[in-house]
Formats: sequence, C-alpha cells, structure tokens
Amino acid sequence: MTALIRLLGSTPFRLALAYMGAFVVAAALVVGFIAWRANDLLTNKVVETLEAEVTGLREQFQAGGPQRLATIVAQRSLEPGSGLYLLVDASGRKVAGNLDRVPRELEGAQNGSVFAYADEHGRRGSRLAVGVPLPVPGGFVLVVGRDIEDLSRFARTMGQLGLWSIALLALLGIGAGLAASRSVLKRIEAITEASRAIMGGDLSKRLPLHGSGDELDRLSESLNAMLARIEELIVALREVSDNIAHDLKTPLNRLRNRAEAALRNPDGAASYRDGLVKTIEEADELIKTFNSLLLIARLEAGAVAESMGPADPASIISDVAELYEPVAEEAGLHLDASAPRGLAVVVNRELVSQAVANLVDNAIKYSVPDGGARPGDGAGRPEVTLSMARVGDSIEITVADRGPGVPPQDRERALQRFVRLEKSRSRPGSGLGLSLVAAVARLHGGSIRLEDNAPGLRAVLTLPLRGVRPATAASPLRAGANAP
Amino acid sequence: MRVLVIEDDRETAQFLQRSLRESGHTADVAGDGESGLAMAREGRHDVLIVDRMLPRRDGLSVVQALRSEGSRTPVLILSALGEVDDRVKGLRAGGDDYLTKPYAYTELLARIEALTRRPAPEEQVTRYSVGDLSLDRLSHKVTRAGEPILLQPREFRLLEYLMKHAGQVVTRTMLLENVWDYHFDPQTNVIDVHISRLRSKIDKGFAKPLLHTVRGAGYMIRDGAD
Repeated sequence: MTALIRLLGSTPFRLALAYMGAFVVAAALVVGFIAWRANDLLTNKVVETLEAEVTGLREQFQAGGPQRLATIVAQRSLEPGSGLYLLVDASGRKVAGNLDRVPRELEGAQNGSVFAYADEHGRRGSRLAVGVPLPVPGGFVLVVGRDIEDLSRFARTMGQLGLWSIALLALLGIGAGLAASRSVLKRIEAITEASRAIMGGDLSKRLPLHGSGDELDRLSESLNAMLARIEELIVALREVSDNIAHDLKTPLNRLRNRAEAALRNPDGAASYRDGLVKTIEEADELIKTFNSLLLIARLEAGAVAESMGPADPASIISDVAELYEPVAEEAGLHLDASAPRGLAVVVNRELVSQAVANLVDNAIKYSVPDGGARPGDGAGRPEVTLSMARVGDSIEITVADRGPGVPPQDRERALQRFVRLEKSRSRPGSGLGLSLVAAVARLHGGSIRLEDNAPGLRAVLTLPLRGVRPATAASPLRAGANAP
Repeated sequence: MRVLVIEDDRETAQFLQRSLRESGHTADVAGDGESGLAMAREGRHDVLIVDRMLPRRDGLSVVQALRSEGSRTPVLILSALGEVDDRVKGLRAGGDDYLTKPYAYTELLARIEALTRRPAPEEQVTRYSVGDLSLDRLSHKVTRAGEPILLQPREFRLLEYLMKHAGQVVTRTMLLENVWDYHFDPQTNVIDVHISRLRSKIDKGFAKPLLHTVRGAGYMIRDGAD
C-alpha cells in the first residue's frame, strides 16, 4: 500500500500524469474541431444541393406551371435515394411527393430546417432530414428535402468512437506512466540505497548501472568516478597518516627515551644538561620534518600559487650552486653548474630553489661513500653536475651524480613521501626531500623523473616555460627580501 | 632594552618575559590585540614581539594600526603560519621580521637584538670595522691589519652582514635569509661550511680570531677583547 502511494506520489508518475492530461485535452480539442468542421461541411453540401434543386424546380414551374411541377415531383419521388419531395395545394392537400404531409418544423417557415419524418415503415419522426419550403404561386407549397439520418448516425458513431479512443488513450497513458515511473523509481531507489551504504562507510561500493547508457546511467557513472577519486584520496590520506605516525612517532619516542635516560643518569647536573641539549636537537629535527610535511601538503593543495613570479632559471641554478659549492668541496666532490641565460619561467623562486637545493643536497649526500669523504685525487674527483636545457616548451633542470644510483624498480617509489630506500636508511634525512621536489614540480605544472647516469643517478626536474607574466607581476617574494 | 610581548598564550608570554629578563632586558606582556595596541602606543618600548593570532584584534592589524600612526618601533611577528605567502603578508603589514613557531629562544633573541640595533634607513654607513678588520661597502674592499683580503661576492655579503651586527649573535637562518634570500631549511648545514671558508680567509694566520661560533645559537663577529 505504501509502495503504491509512493509510486503515485513519485516525480516520474506525476510527470506522466500531467503529460497525459495535457495530451487528452489536446486530443479532445482536435477531435471536436474535426467533428465540427466535418458536420459543417456536410450540412453545407446538403443545403447547396437543395438550393440548386429548388432553383431547377422553380424554373420548371415557370416553364410548365403547376402541372409540370407535379409531374416532375412525382417522378423524382420515385427515384431511389435520399431525395424527399412534397407538393401540396392551397388547401393543404398532397398533390405529389414521397412525404405524407408538410413537416411541423417547416410549417410557415421561411428558411430550411432540420426535421424528422416517418420512415417507410411509418414510424413517425424516426428519421432526420433537412428540408426547404418553397411557396409556389397559386397557393401551392413545395417541400424539397434530403435525408440525413445516415449521415448524422455516422457522425454520432464517429463522435462516440472519438470519446472512447480518448478514454482508452488516457487509460493506456496512465498505465504506461505507472510502469515507467515504477522502473525509474526502482533505479533511483537502488541509487539511494547504494549511496546510503557508501555514507555508512562502505567506500568501495558503487552506484548500480543499468547498462543502457541513458542519463541516469551517465549520472551514476560520473558519481562513481567521483567516488573512486574520493576513495583514492582517502586511501592516500590514510597512507600518509600512517607514514606520519611512523616517521613522527619514531623520533618522538627517541626524544622521550633520551630525556628519560638523562633523568635516570646518576651523574646529575652534567648529564641532565647533555640530555637536554640532545632533546632540543631531536625536537628541532622533528620540527623540520613537520614543516616539510606541512609544506608538501600545502603545495599539493595548490595553496601558494599566488606568489609566483617571472624568474630567470639560470640565476636560480647559479645561486643554489653557489650555496652548495663549498659543501661539495668539503665532501671531496666537484660541483659543476651550467645554465643558459635569457630564459624566463613563472615560478615561486623560493620553492624551485628549495627543490633544486634538495636535489643537489641528495646528490652530494649519495656521492660520498659510507666511509665518509674520499680524499681528493685530482682528475678522478667524482662530480655532481647541475645543468639546465630547454626542451620544447619546457626547461629541464638536471642534477647528476656518480653515486650508487637508484635501481629502476625503485625510482617511482623513491618519489613518494617518507620512502627512504633501504640503502639510505643509514644516512641523515627525513625521506621527504624528493617528495617535496615532486610536489614543487606538480605545483608548477612540471614533473620530476629519475634516470640512470651510468653510474649514478640523474634527477630531471621539468618546468614549463609557458605563461610568462608581464614584469609588473613581479614576485611578491621580493618584497620580503631584506638583504642590503 | 624594553620589549613588549603581545601574546595571548600565558605560558609562552611568561616564558618570553622570564627569558628576556634573564638576558638583561625588560619585558611587558599584553594578552590581547587591543591592550597590546594601547601599550604600544605609549611608545615606551624598543621592540615589539607580536603574535599573529590574538583575541580582540589580530596581530597584523595591530602592526598596521601602529604603522599608520607613524610608529617606527621595530616589530617581530610571531606566527604558527610559516609559508611563503604568510611571511610576505606579515612583512607587508609593517613587520620588520617574521619568525615561525616553534622557534628557539636564541633565534628570537638574536633577531630582536638585530632589529633594535638596526641603523635608521637614512643613516648610510659606508664602512664597518671590528678590531683590525675593516670592510668598505663602497669599494668592496676588505682588509685585516692593513692587508687586503680577497673575497667572493657572496663571502663579502656574508661578512658585511656579520659586521653590521658586530657584537650580536647572528643565527644560521638569519644568514640564510639575509645573505642568500632563502627562507627554507637546507637539509645539510650549508651555512657552517660558508662560515668556515670565510673564517679561513679572515682569521687564519692571526693570533686573535674575530669570527666566533656561539654554541647552540649561531655566529658572532667581535673584537676578542670584550
């Protein structure tokens, strides 16, 4: 019962009903109009024929007098068909014709009219006809008529047929509307149910598809695509929070252990002091990791796009190279930087500098063998090269080293957050360096890829050259520059 | 010096007040933006430490109000928001320096001391000297005991910044920000390497070192006598 009520109250059914109503009204109007026009046409036709006949008979009378008229009327009365005739004299006596008497409807009438007359079996008023009374000089009255009983019966039948078919149509329409709304309602309810389940936490569930590719299917398809994206994001988020939990909890635990150990140490003040210093160092490392995480999150949300400005990538590269050159030298490496001048990119200088710095930092870190700095031996000094080239509509900033490199199967993974390949666990770092580079690249519409430098690793940061803004949109970063 | 700390977190404010007193400064505390603005208007302070998020009136608007009234008291903005855009907004509002929470107290102290001894903009010093080391900002010449020292352009700027703040602690981040114009933490301590290079150029072969490392804080250039 409630299902029926819901069905009757459903949008598709109400729509079907409204549609039906409008259709029935339109059909009734059309049928009515056709009936009216057909009736009019037929009546006019009959009246015209009558008028022509009357004119003919009047001519016969003028030519041959009442005698001739009577003969013709008698003659025509016998002809089969629908013609009706009556000629009466002044006293009202029938002279000729196939009607018995002047119909009441035509007595004293000036114009033609519809009348009823008795049929051949004598049933009075059982048949309909149209007739015209014609006064003939000498007191005669001539009535000429046409039987329209068949015609009107036909019209009545047609009218009834019309009404019945409209009723049938309405009935069929309501039925079809019910069926259609039932099927649509069923599908919508399936979608509602599925979305409830998803809201309830089952993120892997999808909206059902009908397979017809209609608009409901298309809607479900795009909602499913949206759900897939949401699920993907949530899974990624969960992964990130797991990683954060791991990479923040481990140093937090270390920090706690260190403080506890210092507190337990019987040496007193001196060991407390040492413990506190180490605790602060540990806290600073944690803060750095935390800041990197926040920065990556903000970059991935595209939150710093407003601070972009035109910059010469060559100067970004030479500045970073200049910053790291002494570090490389101290590690027994030669840092070689080269970049063509005159290119312009729209970037956040700070972030791109940081990305390039991270790459150089990594290259230096991994070029040094585990044993520490290798002694400089002149020509054989391992190199870290920082270079830039224009490739089509982009620039490629390449940082290459001669370290152990990254095996092909690990390259994709190395760009993910917190991933520190097993071999690098012993070296310092948060594991966020490369993922920060990847986030910076994405923010600028570029990319980062790792290649084999045979031997060593080559990291290629690609940034698009497009969309250099006019000089007025200078980087707001510069506003904060306070170097004299 | 007299410091006004506008900070709504009681514990942070008390920690700053106590630490500043221990460092030999006087510190007043205001717990919200309105009272902070009122106290700052009295003009009794040498430097303001303003938290960005404050009840009743936010930190940036306090700084903006002071600047529009013509106050030139140096302001250090403290904030949990540390991204590039936030810092730019803070400096545009009229802040002289921007420090992100969490921070080390030594960093904060070094920065406010650098702010208060900053010469007024119109004051053009063309020459710095510490002990027998002197730097000419116009000719870009550096001499120690009369002997010329050849420095790379960046080394010159590094020494210039250190000498401008002679006798004050200068932190690694301050150097990175002011000499290199970078606001990020390099993973390796690149600044230490640059300092040791500079040190080998200006101090090597001299009995009295001028460039000192301040443990747990940063670097300081000063005449060894004091």
